[in-house]
Amino acid sequence: MRALAPAVLAALAFAGCQRETRDFRTDPPVLAALDDVAPLPNRIGGAPPDVYVALGQPYQANAYALSEGKRLYDGMNCKGCHADGGGGTGPALLDGWWRYGPDIVSLYVTLRDGRPRGMPSYADKLNSEQLWQVAAYVQTIGSYRAATAATSRNDQMQSRPSENRGPARAPLTEPPSR
Amino acid sequence: MGLKAYAFETSIRGALVAGALLGSQTARADPPALGLETIGRLELAWTFRTGNPRGHAGAPAVSGDSIFVLTPFPHALVALDLQGHERWRVVPDSDPRAEGLATGGGVTDGPVLAGGRLYLTTLDGHAMAVEAATGRVAWDRAVASLDAGETLRNAPLVQGGRVYVGSAGDDAGARGWLAALDSGTGRELWRRLSTGPDGEVGIGPQFRSAYPTEAGADLGVRTWPPEAWRQGGGSPGPILADAELGVVVYGTGHPAPWNPDQRPGSNRWTSGLFARDAATGAARWFTPTNPHDEHAYGAASPNLLVDRPWRGVDRKLLVHPDPNGFLQVLDRETGLILSAKPIVPTNAVSGLDAGSGAPVRADAKRTHADTMTRDICPAWTGPVLAEPALSAETGFVLLPTSRLCMDLEPRDSGVIPGTLSIGANVRLKVPAGPAGALVAWDLEREAPAWTAEEPLPLAGGVLATGGLAIYGTLDGRLKALDARSGRSLWEYRAPSGIIGRPVAFTGPDGRAYLAVLAGVGGPLGQAARGGIDVRDATAAGGLANAVRQAAYRDILGQGDESGSLLVFRLP
Ligand code: HEC
Repeated sequence: MRALAPAVLAALAFAGCQRETRDFRTDPPVLAALDDVAPLPNRIGGAPPDVYVALGQPYQANAYALSEGKRLYDGMNCKGCHADGGGGTGPALLDGWWRYGPDIVSLYVTLRDGRPRGMPSYADKLNSEQLWQVAAYVQTIGSYRAATAATSRNDQMQSRPSENRGPARAPLTEPPSR
Repeated sequence: MGLKAYAFETSIRGALVAGALLGSQTARADPPALGLETIGRLELAWTFRTGNPRGHAGAPAVSGDSIFVLTPFPHALVALDLQGHERWRVVPDSDPRAEGLATGGGVTDGPVLAGGRLYLTTLDGHAMAVEAATGRVAWDRAVASLDAGETLRNAPLVQGGRVYVGSAGDDAGARGWLAALDSGTGRELWRRLSTGPDGEVGIGPQFRSAYPTEAGADLGVRTWPPEAWRQGGGSPGPILADAELGVVVYGTGHPAPWNPDQRPGSNRWTSGLFARDAATGAARWFTPTNPHDEHAYGAASPNLLVDRPWRGVDRKLLVHPDPNGFLQVLDRETGLILSAKPIVPTNAVSGLDAGSGAPVRADAKRTHADTMTRDICPAWTGPVLAEPALSAETGFVLLPTSRLCMDLEPRDSGVIPGTLSIGANVRLKVPAGPAGALVAWDLEREAPAWTAEEPLPLAGGVLATGGLAIYGTLDGRLKALDARSGRSLWEYRAPSGIIGRPVAFTGPDGRAYLAVLAGVGGPLGQAARGGIDVRDATAAGGLANAVRQAAYRDILGQGDESGSLLVFRLP
């Protein structure tokens, strides 16, 4: 009896995980098609690739994809220039102001091709799927839009300590040292 | 007193002027000179708006009736007459990619005037010479490579027919270097790196260190994990020349990346002081100040050369306010450390080991990957970010200091070309009490003669003239103190914060002038301009965290959309 219990628990746990599907390796033709964005002539806004739409916008609402995006944000040294979204040599990504647009296509083009005033191109470092993952993650940094999925947040990225850590109604401007 | 004010010939590089006031003694009798009695009468003559919103560090250059300003990136070199009218302007082509690498607000310094030419470096990696009379470009050389993560920040040093240029790029994992160019043609004469094999670093038979730890072949390779020296760091700070000894002296920046656990070893020749043969670049000596740097201190702070008796013997001294908080006085013929005393509250380093000269680190403030170490003092920005000055009348070294501390959590970071591989969560912190001070250091007593405390850290250079200490603050106050006592004599409210260095000169009309650039920015001021979201405490090198604290918050939004040159005159 006692030996059975963990197995049952494990089965239940797996059942609980059946929320999202994840592919571990995307087919190369899909990868290529995912790069088929049609930005407007000024390289801001435009249409996502057909396959992106056909797949049902698989990145923005998928916690795994967002977490991958966050991991890549760290690993690709985005942090060195944008910090955790507050900005540095690169502009802030969480203040709601955009030089090139907050929509997913603008972000994809920003990451793939770079932008002239110091944003490097990641075309030779990330594949299309990874670019979508990072773009989707960037949209969550400012959390000014409702989302059904989110990554875990870095402590220092929150505008105030989480409720269970700080005093209630801590003034926004003078956070306790964290 | 046997005191020579080398500072004026060398460290106040941008400010070398025909008829510069070196204290009141060189002034003429009739029109009054700038000094203790006259400063109260100083009035604003005119201002010139540069149209550039970036931080305005450094100083304008003055010659006869012309004043030359190099605006921040994308640069313009502007010649003005002493009424503030524009004579000419040179706008070098710029590569906007440099903005991505412009850490610390991307502030630059210069121009430097020598032999009728202006010499300057641009953030995007060019060194240039321009005829001061006409604005004609004599030569323009691309010396630093943005692709390799290199930019140029410091003003060049012009001495003996050579233009010395040092790279910036420690945070981008670029190997720091010092290059000498021919001042006539811009041709590169030599280039010496701060990491790598002895041949590239310039270590040879001339090299003699005061400390035994520096002996051995290829330390620039062997004190790193395999190949890690290629990620470099060690970019030169401001460069000084001693023509008599035939050397150039400078500090090198921190190793890359910040995370010390990625680079076990002493990481030569980063975070220390170099003296090199001015003609060949061969290293004469090296004194490490933060070997195996754990706090991204480096040693690239602005130094002073001072000749004076030391314990009864005339000595050629190098005064080095190290980023670890200790003011080090060295014999600049040998690199031997003669004195090391903290000038701001420190806890990361408790003192210096007499035998090796190495800092003794406090265990509690050491840093390791993925471990947050709290309240390390000073912060990575160090206590002195801009030029100190030697007060000729008092013999005091006037140090503009910052007392910021930091929390630091180093993180693994790959070096990816074209990106910044900082790999750290860092937050600057305003300590309890004043965040800055002008410290008048008495070299003889190894202690401050007086201290003028400031609510904000000081980030601009100091001018010592006529018994005065003149400096600007991040909240835009230009102040003149009595250099003997620190008593405040005069203050002017500028339209923007000041991180520039005031200069004094005598006009062709014989009248005394004072000029300073206003335009807040730089490592301690960039968050004042917006574009940084302070909800992320790690933004702008952790400055966002400091800006959220009460003392700092007042300067938020005070940045002007344009910097300006302020020119004052005695009636
Ligand atoms: C070398 C520094 C640097 C690195 C590394 C870097 N960026 Fe940038 N980034 C910049 C700069 C500078 C700009 C502004 C470019 C411009 O205005 O032309 C920018 C712009 C952006 C923008 C557009 C912002 C807007 O307002 O429209 C986004 C989004 C962005 N970066 C995300 C990223 C992500 C994600 C990464 C990592 C994959 C990254 N950046 C890596 C410097 C950098």
